[in-house]
Amino acid sequence: MSTGFRATRKGVSVHLDAGEVSILRSLVSQILGLVEPGATGDDPLERALGIGSPEAPSDPVLARLFPPAYADDDKAAGEFRRYTEATLRDAKRADATTLLETAEPGKLELSPEQGQAWLRAINDVRLALGVRLDVTEEIHEEIASMPEDDPRYPALVTYDWLTYLQDTLVRALW
Amino acid sequence: MGSTAPAEVERPSSDVRPDVPWLTIVWNDPVNLMSYVTYVFQTVFGYPRGKAEKLMMDVHHKGKAVVASGTREEMERDVQILHSYGLWATVQQDS
Repeated sequence: MSTGFRATRKGVSVHLDAGEVSILRSLVSQILGLVEPGATGDDPLERALGIGSPEAPSDPVLARLFPPAYADDDKAAGEFRRYTEATLRDAKRADATTLLETAEPGKLELSPEQGQAWLRAINDVRLALGVRLDVTEEIHEEIASMPEDDPRYPALVTYDWLTYLQDTLVRALW
Repeated sequence: MGSTAPAEVERPSSDVRPDVPWLTIVWNDPVNLMSYVTYVFQTVFGYPRGKAEKLMMDVHHKGKAVVASGTREEMERDVQILHSYGLWATVQQDS
């Protein structure tokens, strides 16, 4: 297994084997597939301004990636979403694309900016897995005591590995 | 991250109290790492590590924390950036 990220003079570096890169690419590609480009209305002016729908996404993963900005004011949350979600979708897609364009087996050198994109892209994958797998704060201990034939085991081991990878990346960027 | 500033939004005037500041709140969630949340507070707000760690611990133990205050527009910009990092953040007026 990878020893995680390290700080270098120019940014960060990591050793990933072919299997690890394949898992990362697969998961990040799924995020890219789920987070479609900023959906804007049919009005050409609204499209030009990047103004989209005020409706919250119905998919629970998308709902977590694009949470309401107002906890108890649906109207304000809808207005905020209308004016910002398209930009936010594009930002998440850009981070995912940076990871897909730079991830390759062996020793990988990333600039601080690329490292930040990786950080957010890995976090988006963890948020998505967290929703799908119903992850709690005790997940690390839960995995440690889980039988390996549990149906959630392979996905949770991947989640745990991403957690480790992200934590080493934060510390390398600090 | 996009550099696009949030567009001006027309507000109903009745619910706005201009003398009361607006707040950016970050809520606890089981996925975001303590190290990552601290790093995001330092990166987004320029807070020193100690202050960022204290806010992170408040989120972790109390379930939420006020991480910034200012105008509504400033808080909405903060929330948009925090959402780009995957943090669960909301705007509200101080009560």
